[in-house]
Amino acid sequence: MAERSFKEEVQSLYLGEGEVFRGEGILAITKALLQAGVSYVGGYQGAPISHLMDVLSDANDILADLGVHFESSASEATAAATLAASVNYPLRGAVTFKSTVGTNVASDALANLASGGVTGGAMMIVGEDYGEGSSIMQERSHAFAMKSQVWLLDPRPNLPTIVNMVEKGFELSEASNTPVMLEVRIRACHVYGSFVCKDNVRPSFTLKDALENPRRDVNRIVLPPASYLHEKEKLETRWPAAVKFIQDNGLNEVFAGDVDDVGIVMQGGMYNTALRALELLDLADAYGNARVPLYVLNVTYPLVDAEFVKFCAGKKAILIVEEGQPEFIEQAVNTILRRADVQTRVHGKDMLPMGGEYTGGVMRDGFARFFGKYHAGLIAHVPKPAPEVKDRVKAALDRIDGQVHGRPPSFCTGCPERPIFTAMKLVERDLGTHHVSCDIGCHLFSILPPFNIGATTMGYGLGGAGAAAFNTKETSKRAISIMGDGGFWHNGIASSVGNAVFNKSDNVIIVVDNGYSAATGGQDILSSSAANPIRATGNPIEKAVRGMGATWVKTLTNTYDLKTMTATLRDALTTPAKGPKVIVAQSECMLNKQRRVKPQIAKAVKDGKRMVRQRFGVDADTCTGDHSCIRLSGCPSLTVAPNPDPLRKDPVTQVINSCVGCGLCGEVSHAAVLCPSFFRASIIDNPTGWDRFKARVRDRVIGWLQRRMARDEIVAA
Amino acid sequence: MTAQPLPTAPPAPTVPGAARERSIRIAVLAMGGEGGGVLADWIVKMAERAGHRAQTTSVPGVAQRTGATIYYIELFPPKAAGSNAPDPVLALMPVPGDVDVVLASELMEAGRAIQRGIVTPDRTTLVTSTNRVFAMTEKIALGDGRVDDAALFEACTLAANRLVAFDMAALAERNGSVISAALFGALAGSRALPFARSDFEETIREGGVGVAPSLRAFGASFEEAVKPPGLSAPDRTMPSAPADRQDLAHLIASAEAAVPAAAREVIRAGVLKTADHQDLAYARDYVARVERMVAVDRAHGDGSHRLVVEVARYLALGMAYEDTIRVAELKIRASRFRRVAEEVRLKDGQILEIAEFLHPRLQEIAETVPAPLGRFLLNVRWARNMVEAATSSGKVVTTTSLRGFLMLYAVARMKPLRRRSMRWAEEQAHLDRWLAVVAETAARDHDLAVETAECLNLVKGYGDTHMRGKTNYARILAVLAQVPSAAVLADLRKAALADEHGNKLTEAMARHGLAP
Repeated sequence: MAERSFKEEVQSLYLGEGEVFRGEGILAITKALLQAGVSYVGGYQGAPISHLMDVLSDANDILADLGVHFESSASEATAAATLAASVNYPLRGAVTFKSTVGTNVASDALANLASGGVTGGAMMIVGEDYGEGSSIMQERSHAFAMKSQVWLLDPRPNLPTIVNMVEKGFELSEASNTPVMLEVRIRACHVYGSFVCKDNVRPSFTLKDALENPRRDVNRIVLPPASYLHEKEKLETRWPAAVKFIQDNGLNEVFAGDVDDVGIVMQGGMYNTALRALELLDLADAYGNARVPLYVLNVTYPLVDAEFVKFCAGKKAILIVEEGQPEFIEQAVNTILRRADVQTRVHGKDMLPMGGEYTGGVMRDGFARFFGKYHAGLIAHVPKPAPEVKDRVKAALDRIDGQVHGRPPSFCTGCPERPIFTAMKLVERDLGTHHVSCDIGCHLFSILPPFNIGATTMGYGLGGAGAAAFNTKETSKRAISIMGDGGFWHNGIASSVGNAVFNKSDNVIIVVDNGYSAATGGQDILSSSAANPIRATGNPIEKAVRGMGATWVKTLTNTYDLKTMTATLRDALTTPAKGPKVIVAQSECMLNKQRRVKPQIAKAVKDGKRMVRQRFGVDADTCTGDHSCIRLSGCPSLTVAPNPDPLRKDPVTQVINSCVGCGLCGEVSHAAVLCPSFFRASIIDNPTGWDRFKARVRDRVIGWLQRRMARDEIVAA
Repeated sequence: MTAQPLPTAPPAPTVPGAARERSIRIAVLAMGGEGGGVLADWIVKMAERAGHRAQTTSVPGVAQRTGATIYYIELFPPKAAGSNAPDPVLALMPVPGDVDVVLASELMEAGRAIQRGIVTPDRTTLVTSTNRVFAMTEKIALGDGRVDDAALFEACTLAANRLVAFDMAALAERNGSVISAALFGALAGSRALPFARSDFEETIREGGVGVAPSLRAFGASFEEAVKPPGLSAPDRTMPSAPADRQDLAHLIASAEAAVPAAAREVIRAGVLKTADHQDLAYARDYVARVERMVAVDRAHGDGSHRLVVEVARYLALGMAYEDTIRVAELKIRASRFRRVAEEVRLKDGQILEIAEFLHPRLQEIAETVPAPLGRFLLNVRWARNMVEAATSSGKVVTTTSLRGFLMLYAVARMKPLRRRSMRWAEEQAHLDRWLAVVAETAARDHDLAVETAECLNLVKGYGDTHMRGKTNYARILAVLAQVPSAAVLADLRKAALADEHGNKLTEAMARHGLAP
């Protein structure tokens, strides 16, 4: 079950005609899908659309009521291939994934789907993870739309427009027999807003109808000569049909303005920020009334030539606000205007930065450059910050120069993956450093302090694949690769493990099995141990690995057991056994475990059951402030505190109350022979009579001895 | 204005330069798991209750995993919105120089807000907690890697139009609540938003989760918000002699009289520490050693008496070295049991068990016992093998059990034998050499002597850490004669604490042309 529950929120999916929906963007998209009468939905989790998958999962009953099938796809490729259901049948379907990483994986199926075309509306909702807070390479989904001729919707980031574009997107898809991509950026996915609902629609043609009356059309299959036909169809039929639909339905929007010899063209997703930037230049009011005409592309591919020509009529210049690179739209607009012999100057990346997120400040500066060139008088009165304001800001910045450190994400308190890297650090001490190939997932945090482990990451499930070349008989040194259970099932089983078996690699593959697709929000996967009413869980990774032909496979069921972990790792790195050495390191994701067991424990305590809670601590009077323990662990609950000893300057290590008692601290101080400062406190709730009797006896004896000792004790702690 | 398809696009009249209605812009900077989302939701709910249009968004992603994250909220007042007015266009991210209220859950996050340009003196009310949640880079330092709180705080006072700053984490803790409730209270107290205290409180009540403690923290924070902002002073109480120890009180009095005023606090702490470590005689020995440095300071000092202060500090720490006896004693004291109970917030009816993670090694054991026995353990093969076998792995000792307690009690009771141990002799010689070097150096260069005194801090910890410190200390002392200035020595000392392998120290020595 996922980290965040939407059980309450999904009730708003039942809202009917005229009722007002209030909530997050992703929930609104789900509601829009139901209003559009989808027959099936699927996808693969990953920010920013993880919550869309979580919403769908929590809404499964509602979906089932409407006859909608929900699929937790094995990968984005699976998700895109799922849309094949819309090729031969008038079934509407939608899948979702993170982009561009998910689109990369999906692109095989996507290209085949786009080539043959669709009958029913087929939509991919892609969470565009670009700019601040992004966890992936900085690329654009736009390129995929162009290369496969898939229409790209980029709605203005407010709920009514997004919801409308979902509905219109299906119609566009059907009108042009082409799949569409709906691009939503991180902030739009999480934006809280409202829109007026319509009733949900039960699909008129169902999956049952399709299965009972199968259809085929060999011309929809990518094999010559049909593949040549597809290209012809794309250019001669589907593209013109799409352009016509976009125009007829006014999917792109023009907002008029009185200063009409210039204009601004923007991707729909840029709209709110662009309007704010104009407002700051006193060129728009709070309601979106701008003095300059705006052409807002809710569809960024294909572009509509006629609309550009019309918008540019009588304009000296336009500025294109297009986030990301390369500047596909700007290049296309130049071609469009040259072909039509329109002399309007086209600005874009010459006034706005080529790369990076288009934030309000970036746009304000770009707009100022544009108006400075064409209408300097319009913005001349906009006040600049007063000198004393600037001075104070500068003084403040000087003061904190070097004082603000980065705070990258890291392993959570009690994370079971941490001891795996601690073990690697300890093994490093006697076997030296190794080449380490990383994967995608929480475990990639190992590349950051305090562990600093890992050289490359090539993609989800590709940890082992990334070490494939390091397969030589000339050294006994092995490469280590790391993969999560999510990546393993996504494709690592074949791309990393199968590949290593087949190519007789001697490398070590560590599969981190924490029971969830943890980094994306704790969704269940095949090897999850929790029972899931709508999914088949409990399929052990070791069984799958052995099925691929690996023979040296060890499953460790307690990653916190540092001794066994280091011994196994050392063994894997030195054993003469041939073939890949696969270690399945298994302990439940602590974030999800705590979420699961905390209420259970609280209830047990309340019910009067004997419960023991453990947490760790550090004695400040024996801690000398070297912090080796932190360097080998990095747990958020392990921190520093001012030294209570007036003589000492260095801060002491301190365990804060968020400690979940995972035990790693104690293991580390033993394994690395650190210091005697760590202690484990066991707090017994609802002690039994025997507990209390034991405590009384020892308190009496120990108390007597302690009082004797106290005579010589001088510094009260 | 409504959107229109392209065919009809007449320019609409707008009113240039007219007084603009403006949304209220609020940014919340927090770390994953601190309730930044809850706080943002509260603000939205409160605003909606008051008829505002409200929008919030965030960039959670992997930031949930302990990273820094930012929530952004815009509120649009109802009187401006009117009944027929169209929806305002609200932004999804803060623009530098344009944010009305910034809430930060921690002092470095406030600094981050300033760096992002969203706290400006002409506009922004900055509401920040002054507590610190240390960044990884601060925590992993071999010594003190913490950034300068005072600098961060000063930057807050410079950059903000209005500053509300106090330790909201501590306040929340005192009231059994979480920091989001304290921030909400401080926001209410700042009066930066057009809502009454009751609007805030009603929102918490409607939320329905942990209402009573949230309201308590909210109320306390509301009161605190009107006070002048400030950093809370670190909580350090000077220890004093127990009432029944007249002998010790006399020693402290005479020691304090013998040193300059600047060194009094340190020597008092030093006397107490050395007496606690061993006995009154040891404390007298300590005072005598410090007094000799007073004479050196008189001859070569610069009037700041830093030499006396630092020598008194590190001498006390050096003399109270952490051997197995000391550790055992500290672990089993009643005061320590009480401290642990407090730290884990033991409640009535609960029972506490404490287990220690100890890993004494042959070397440490041999150094602790009387020297002849120690040498026997180290040099006679069978004895050595026996001890090594018994100490090959770490021990978990439950000090709250009779067995565990008695084991450590027996070790602690070896204290009178300590003077006859190998470690004792070694430590005293080591300290005397250090004192001699400091005194000699003072004659040459006073500031360099102070730095030399500080070098003793390199030797700390246990096991490998202790060995590493000793090696670094020895390497530096070996080249001391060639070190030209205090600044260079400070650089070497910093380099010795920059990594665990001494590589940085090697680099620094090469940089300063010092032959190893």
